[in-house]
Amino acid sequence: MPTLARHLGIAIVAAVVLLLATNSIGDYRNYQLTELAAFVVAVAGLTVLIGLSGQISIGNGAFMAVGGYIAALILADLNWPLIAILPAAVVGAALAGAIFGVAAARLRGPYLAGTTLMLAVALPSVATRFQSVLGGDQGLGFFVTVPGSVGSNVTLIHWQAWVSCAAALVTLVLLANLVRSRVGRSWRAVRDDEVAAALAGLNVARLQILAFVVSAACAGLGGMLLAMWNESVSPGLFSLTLSIQLLTAAVLGGLGSLAGAIWGSAVLVLVPTYLENLATSHGMTATTSSSVPILAYGVVLIAVMLAFPSGIQGALVLLARVTGLQQLARRAAGPLAWQSRRSVQSRPAAESSWSESESPRPESELSRPESESPRPQSQPAAESHEKGTL
Amino acid sequence: MNQAGPADGGGIPAGTVRGAASLVVEDIAAGYGAVRVLHGVSVTAAPGTITAILGANGAGKTTLLRAIDGSVRPGRGRVLLDGVDLAGRRPEEVARAGIGHVPEGQGVITELTVAENLRLGLLLRHRADRGAALAEIYQRFGVLAERRNLAAGMLSGGERQMLVIARALATNPRVLLLDEPSLGLAPKVLSGVLDLIQRLRDESALTIILVEQNARSALAIANSGIVLNLGAVVAQADASVLAADDALRRHYLGF
Amino acid sequence: MQEFVEFTLSGLATGMIYAAIAMSLVLVWRGTRVLNYAQGAMAMFTAYIAFTVINHTGSYWLGFVAALMAGLILGAAEERTVIRPVTGKPPLNAVIVSIGLLIGLEGLAGVLYGSGYRSFPPAYPITGLSIGSVALGITENDLFTAGAVLAAAGLLAAAFRYSSVGLRLRAAAFSPGVARLLGVRVGRMLTLGWALAGLLGALAGLLVSPGTFLYPNSMDTIFVLGFTAAVIGGLESPVGAVAGGLILGVVLNYVGGYLGSESVDLFGLAALLLVLMFRPTGLFSAAPARRV
Repeated sequence: MPTLARHLGIAIVAAVVLLLATNSIGDYRNYQLTELAAFVVAVAGLTVLIGLSGQISIGNGAFMAVGGYIAALILADLNWPLIAILPAAVVGAALAGAIFGVAAARLRGPYLAGTTLMLAVALPSVATRFQSVLGGDQGLGFFVTVPGSVGSNVTLIHWQAWVSCAAALVTLVLLANLVRSRVGRSWRAVRDDEVAAALAGLNVARLQILAFVVSAACAGLGGMLLAMWNESVSPGLFSLTLSIQLLTAAVLGGLGSLAGAIWGSAVLVLVPTYLENLATSHGMTATTSSSVPILAYGVVLIAVMLAFPSGIQGALVLLARVTGLQQLARRAAGPLAWQSRRSVQSRPAAESSWSESESPRPESELSRPESESPRPQSQPAAESHEKGTL
Repeated sequence: MNQAGPADGGGIPAGTVRGAASLVVEDIAAGYGAVRVLHGVSVTAAPGTITAILGANGAGKTTLLRAIDGSVRPGRGRVLLDGVDLAGRRPEEVARAGIGHVPEGQGVITELTVAENLRLGLLLRHRADRGAALAEIYQRFGVLAERRNLAAGMLSGGERQMLVIARALATNPRVLLLDEPSLGLAPKVLSGVLDLIQRLRDESALTIILVEQNARSALAIANSGIVLNLGAVVAQADASVLAADDALRRHYLGF
Repeated sequence: MQEFVEFTLSGLATGMIYAAIAMSLVLVWRGTRVLNYAQGAMAMFTAYIAFTVINHTGSYWLGFVAALMAGLILGAAEERTVIRPVTGKPPLNAVIVSIGLLIGLEGLAGVLYGSGYRSFPPAYPITGLSIGSVALGITENDLFTAGAVLAAAGLLAAAFRYSSVGLRLRAAAFSPGVARLLGVRVGRMLTLGWALAGLLGALAGLLVSPGTFLYPNSMDTIFVLGFTAAVIGGLESPVGAVAGGLILGVVLNYVGGYLGSESVDLFGLAALLLVLMFRPTGLFSAAPARRV
């Protein structure tokens, strides 16, 4: 399949680039890279859930917790190698996602969002409820060591960077294929018009649950990677703020776009520390400067939604289109980002016939992507016509 | 200009319908998004007359009313109420300026009682006038008086039609827009409604714009009318002239 | 038995807080079909405002009033600046925007006041009350809490039913299109609805903060439990909201008392899921099950 081959090709190139990069950028950057990869995995799963299947979750931090804690428990009690822990964390989180998905299968919109919010708020207390096993507020340690086979001049941080980047690449390839597969198309059909999709024979509930399972699995993997990076798991690591961070990264990057997951995660990992340092250098104390990034998440969510709902990826696509890089734009947009633009921006909610006064004038071109004609291309034709008449 | 009505120097007499305003629609073009529905429609409704707007389904009759009442912003054209251009104003402001619109499909607020629906309309009057106005409405519409504390959702079709007209009258309009009042009504009820519309014009000098698919009934009570087809005016004349035009009747009016 | 009575009564008191949050959610939901995820955070923020006023002036009641005013203003401001632009767009946008406001307010509170726990004064003493020698498990402050919430609910209900503004508000909520044709300035009514919801939220924040201490995330749990209460009562009904709040408050108090406080959040989650799975329109509504 050409799609798979293309994705694998890109992944292999990226793997080589990352391998070379991790060898030369030093421990601090590798540390950031590990964190970045962990977030990319989790955010990618979330952006597929929201952007593609149209289900909002503000609780994926809870699934990250499931993955992280399973990994920590297995390492502590069974001392499996990382290569075995990883699938266990993924499967465990996927199972949690399935359970939640089944329970929440009929929920839509605000009800679903509220329930995931409840999940995010309530789940940390599981750790305190089962304190003896899960370590309560202190949490559990998670200490990974570099396997002997890798060689002795690879530092732990370096090794962790390899592991997370590899996990991220594998995840992205799998997701990219899933997105362009029949399942991905079915998700989009359900997202755009659930009734029509059901009438066309799609099993809506099963698709919705599957979406949750996939996003939970990704979150679980991300949680394990985060635990590895953090060297411990605790309720504080997987707070409501984390769930909202994931949402912010997905929205900022562009809902539904895997590339967007990368952009959003990059901002998420790099900017907060910068903001905090900026704040402390302006005289804020530690307890207040740590809240500056949190304020920023809120500002970003609101600003992106109000001003440019397609996020960074959407902006890049627009830029490519405007500067005439048509081919690149169409490639980059793909069925993914284009569709996410549609769902987030333009689809009018079911409105009564009387709400016309809210939008009596025709919407801007952003609301009618189907009717967009490639404008720049029509110009050369006109020019040559004029030249002809001279 | 806002105090149109019998000149007795004391403001609007309680309960009296203001009426007697002229409505001139000039060259209205309007539509929904990329779909243009009206392509330059003009109508003149003289004070104290019934003007019928006729035509087949989809001709643009309802869109015309919505362009007048502000629900749809026209791409061009003017809507002059006694000379003041209301085009482009929001529906609530147009309503406050004195254009009452009884929309198609009635628009009774089912969660409120009959009395509350009426009270809502009365809110556009001076507080001092509301009591008398309500009393007059109950007198004119006995059936509503009987059912005043019932939830409006429990009324029959004919009763709902009465309610929405009464509610529109409660706002003391200068012009009344009626969109398909005959829809879904039994013949006997329909004749009662048409009777009422006529009396509103005759007794209270209300200016009425009547959109109807039932052209025969509409022309029977109207002073003049226009016929719309595909968003343009194809005929404009006195009601009797339109009714007598066989070709027109067969082509556009269905009888 | 004594324990049971104590748990019941103090559960009712806590339930009143959930009821206040639930009522504010219902108010906004009925008018605009939006769930205000920022309601809890707004309540937290207005409590901080009260905190500042109280510390500066030494007067609790001045702070109380300041918080309520701030609640009105914040509620109106949220509707006009953040919710209005996403009206008519997919519901996802409104969810994200109000989550943004939630986290933004928590961040702002942290920036202005730090993330440490502040102690917040109660309106009335928090010594336990007893009848004779029987301890009731509630305090004067709890009685005030119940009274304040009930009074607010009663005033709002009366205003809705009997005043002209209330009639306009209801019309705007039930049939905005028709209301516009009757001259109702629907936009203003929506803003007013949000302002009143903000007021209720502010009240909840004032009443709960003495017990939970005040910190940027202090209202997170209260908010989701208030949401649960609203769901239990059915998002369409203010009376249901109160009932849902009281039921939830009492049940969770039993859980906390007999099973330990770590189990409370999980029970809340379970309750929410159960209700949504089996009675999505709420325990009390007779309406046909809408597709949730």
